[in-house]
Amino acid sequence: MSKINFLKPDKSNLYTFLYLGSFLFFVSVLDVLLNSFFSLNLTGFLPGFLSFLLPLILGFIGLFFIRIELSGIKQLDLLNKHINTNNFNAVLSLLIIFIILKSIPPILSWFFIDASFAGDSKDVCTGTGACWTYIKVWMRRFMYGMYPNGEQWRINLSFIALALLGSVGFFATDKFKKYLTLYYVIIYPFIAFLFIFFFISGGPVFFDFSYGIIAAILSIIIGFFIPSKLKFYYFLIIPFALYILLKYFLFYEELIELGKLDGLNWVETGAWGGLSLTFIISFFCLIFCFPIGMAFALGRRSGFPLIRYISIGFIEFWRGVPLITVLFMSAVMFPMFLPADFFIDKLVRCIIAISLFEAAYVAEVIRGGLQALPRGQYEAAKSLGMGYWRMHIFVILPQALKLVIPGIANTFLALVKDTPLIFVVGLLEIVGMLNLAKTNPEWLGFAMEGYVFAAIIFWIICYAMSKYSYTLEQKYKTDR
Amino acid sequence: MNFKLKDIGPQLMTVIAVVLVFGFFTYNAQVNMENRGIDFGFGFLSQESSFDVQFSLIEYDGSHSYFRAYLVGLLNTILVSVIGIILATILGVIVGIARLSPNYLINKFAAFYVEFFRNIPLLLQIFFWYFAALRALPLPQDAEAMFGISYLTIKGLFVPAFIWQNSNIFFYSIVAAIIAIIVIRTRAKKKQETQGTQTPVLLISIGLILILPLLSFLIGGVRLSFEIPVLKQLATTSFIYEGGVSLPPELIALALSLSLYTATFIAECVRAGIQGVGKGQKEAAASIGLTPNQVLKLVVMPQALRIIIPPTTNQYLNLTKNSSLAAAIAYPDLVLVFAGTALMQTGKAIEIVSITMFTYLSLSISISLFMNWYNNKIAIQEK
Repeated sequence: MSKINFLKPDKSNLYTFLYLGSFLFFVSVLDVLLNSFFSLNLTGFLPGFLSFLLPLILGFIGLFFIRIELSGIKQLDLLNKHINTNNFNAVLSLLIIFIILKSIPPILSWFFIDASFAGDSKDVCTGTGACWTYIKVWMRRFMYGMYPNGEQWRINLSFIALALLGSVGFFATDKFKKYLTLYYVIIYPFIAFLFIFFFISGGPVFFDFSYGIIAAILSIIIGFFIPSKLKFYYFLIIPFALYILLKYFLFYEELIELGKLDGLNWVETGAWGGLSLTFIISFFCLIFCFPIGMAFALGRRSGFPLIRYISIGFIEFWRGVPLITVLFMSAVMFPMFLPADFFIDKLVRCIIAISLFEAAYVAEVIRGGLQALPRGQYEAAKSLGMGYWRMHIFVILPQALKLVIPGIANTFLALVKDTPLIFVVGLLEIVGMLNLAKTNPEWLGFAMEGYVFAAIIFWIICYAMSKYSYTLEQKYKTDR
Repeated sequence: MNFKLKDIGPQLMTVIAVVLVFGFFTYNAQVNMENRGIDFGFGFLSQESSFDVQFSLIEYDGSHSYFRAYLVGLLNTILVSVIGIILATILGVIVGIARLSPNYLINKFAAFYVEFFRNIPLLLQIFFWYFAALRALPLPQDAEAMFGISYLTIKGLFVPAFIWQNSNIFFYSIVAAIIAIIVIRTRAKKKQETQGTQTPVLLISIGLILILPLLSFLIGGVRLSFEIPVLKQLATTSFIYEGGVSLPPELIALALSLSLYTATFIAECVRAGIQGVGKGQKEAAASIGLTPNQVLKLVVMPQALRIIIPPTTNQYLNLTKNSSLAAAIAYPDLVLVFAGTALMQTGKAIEIVSITMFTYLSLSISISLFMNWYNNKIAIQEK
C-alpha cells in the first residue's frame, strides 16, 4: 500500500506531479506528432518494439500522474473528467489521439498535397495522391449519365424549375397557407411528373408537357373562383381532366402535326443516368410510396378482416424480400404479366417496383404512429359525428404523422441509399457510372477516387436529410 | 348472422380488385408463355446445370442438377449472413457502449463511425472494399505471412485448415457440456428461488466447456492438426496457395461491408436500449447494495435487452436481405447463382424469381420467428 501512496499526489507535491505528468504526456504526443508529420523518430535508438510502445507508456504514466481529483485548476479538472477518468479510459484516449495524429498526414497528402487537379488527361496524374483530374474529366458523365451534352440544360432547367416551384411554400402568405398541402400533394407532383417525363425525355411528347403546364396553370387560376368547400375535390379532379381534355379533344390533330415538325430531341430513358437519375428516382419513389404506404397502414388497422389480411400480406411480402430480387422481378418477370403489345419503360417499372417496396416500410412506420395514439382521440372524433375519412384526415393522421417523422425520414434515407441498386435493370446512376468509367481503358486504376467522390456526395445528401428531419421533429413536437 | 351492405361492400370491392389484377396477370402470363413456347413447371430443377460456381461449401460442378446449384447459392448466402451477423453484433455492441462512454474522445469517435458508415449506400461500400481497397493487397507471391500461418492476398485470405481425427467424439463432448450447463443453470435458478443461495454458475460453465473437450483429447483419442497453406506456382507469373482454407475476396469484401454498415444500426439500438433503462432502476439497485457489476448484470442488462432485441432482429433481417447485393461483385450467392446464371440458361423467369423470393421470405420469417420466441422468453411475465 505504501508504494501506491507514494505515487499519489497530495497538497505538498501536487505541482511536482502536475508538471511531471504534463511533461510526459506532452512528450508522448510530440513524439507521435513528429513521427507522423515529419517522419522523425525520436526514439529510434531503442529496439523496435519498445520504440513503438514508448509513447503509449509515457503518455499513460503522464496521465496517471495528472489524474488529481479536485485539483482546483479548471482545465485540468475538465481534462480529467472527460478523457482521463481511470486507467482504462486513459489508454483508450491515448490510442485515439495517436490514431488521429497518425492518420491526418496520409489523408491530407492523398486528398490535397500530392493530388493532381489540373489538366484534362491521365498524364498529369503521376503523383502518389488522388487524381481529381479523373473526376473533373468525367464530371458530366457522373452528373448526367449518357445524356447528350448539348441537351443537358433541359435537366438543369427542370431541376431549377422544380426547386423554385417547391420553395413556393416559404413565400406563401397566410391567406394561401391552407392550400399548401393541396398544392404539394396534387399539383406539384403533377407538374414534376410532366417536367421530368416529358421535358427531359423530349421528342414529340414534348407537347404533352405543354398541355400539362397549361392545365396546371389554368386550374390554379380557376381555383380562386371556386368556393372553398369544394376546393379539395376540385383540385383532385380538374387538373387531370383539363390535361386529358387538352390532349385528346382540343387541338389534338393540329398539335400532333406540330409535334412531329418541331419539339425537343427525344432522349430515351436508357441514356439517363448519373446523379440526376438518382434524384429523379428518389424524388418519384418518395412521392409515390408515401400515399401507398399510408393506404396500407390504414388497411392494416381496418375493421374489415378481408382488407386487413390483404394489407398484412402485401406488407409482409415486400418486407420479406430483398430489393434486388424485386428489381429482378420488374426486369425479367413483370413483362410476362402484361399484354404482349403493352410496353412499360424500364425506368417506370423501376420506379413502380421501388415505390411498392418502400411503401411497405412506410406503412409499418405509419402504423406505429397510429397505434401510439391514445384511443381517446378516436373516440373524441367519433363523438363529434365525424366519419371514418374525416376522422382520419383531420384528427388522426396529422397527429400520427407528427409522431413518426424520424421513422419516415429513416425510410426515405434508406430509399436514397437504395437507388444505386437499379444497376440490376441496366440503368446507371452515379455508382453505376463510376463502375463504367472504371473499366474505361484510358482511365484504369482510379477506382478509389471515384468511390470517394460518390461517397462524399451521398454522405452530404443523407446527412443533410437526417439533420433536416431532426429540425422537423423538433418543430412539430407537441407535448402531450 | 347480420350482414350489412356497409360492411360487406368495401371488402367485396377490394377482393374483386385484387382477384381481377391477379387474374389479369395470370392470363397474360399464360398467353405470353404460349406465344413464346415456354411451359410452366419445376421439372428443370433436376436437370443437369452445366455451369460452374467459383466458391461452394458443398461439392458441386457442372454435372450436378439445378437444385444442387440452388443449394450452393443458398448456403453461400447463409454463410455470409452468419459471418456478417456475428461481426456486426460484436462491433455494434462495442460501438453502442462506446457511444455512452463518459470519455469525450471515445464518445465522439464512436459517433463519427456511426454517422460516417450509416450515410453511405451499402452498395458503394461493397464496391469500395472490393474494387479499391482489396485490390491494393499484395499478390500471392509477395504476401507476408500473418502470424506465420495465414496469408492475406489479392486472391483472398488463406488460413490453415483443421484436420480432425475422431471429430465426432469432440463434437459429442461439446454437446454434453452444453447440456450439462443448461441443467446446472436451471437448477441454480430454482435453488435461488427456493433457498435464496447463489451458485457460481459462470465459473462452473467455463470449467465444463473447457474440461470436457480437453478430456476428449486426452481420453477419447481426438487428434487435431493443421494444414498450412503453401505457395504453389501455376505459371511463370501466376501463384496460388494450396492447402488450408481459402476465403475469396468477394466474401471478405461482402462480410466486411455488411458488418460495418449494419453495426452502425445495431450500435444505435444498443445505445437506445441502455439509455431506455430508467436512472431510478440503477440507483435503486445500488442502494440495496449491489456492486456495479451486479447492477449491470442483474438489473440493467435484462431490462435493456427487452428494448434492444426487437429492433436488432430487424437489423439481422436487413443484413440477410442485403447480402443479396453480392450479385454486384460476383460472390456466388442465391441471387447470382440461381436468379442470375440459372435463369439465363433456362429462361424460366417466373419459376426462378418466385423460388428466390420465397426462399428469402422463409429466411426472414424463420429469423423473426426465432427472435420472437427469444423475445417472449425474456419478456416480463406479468401476473
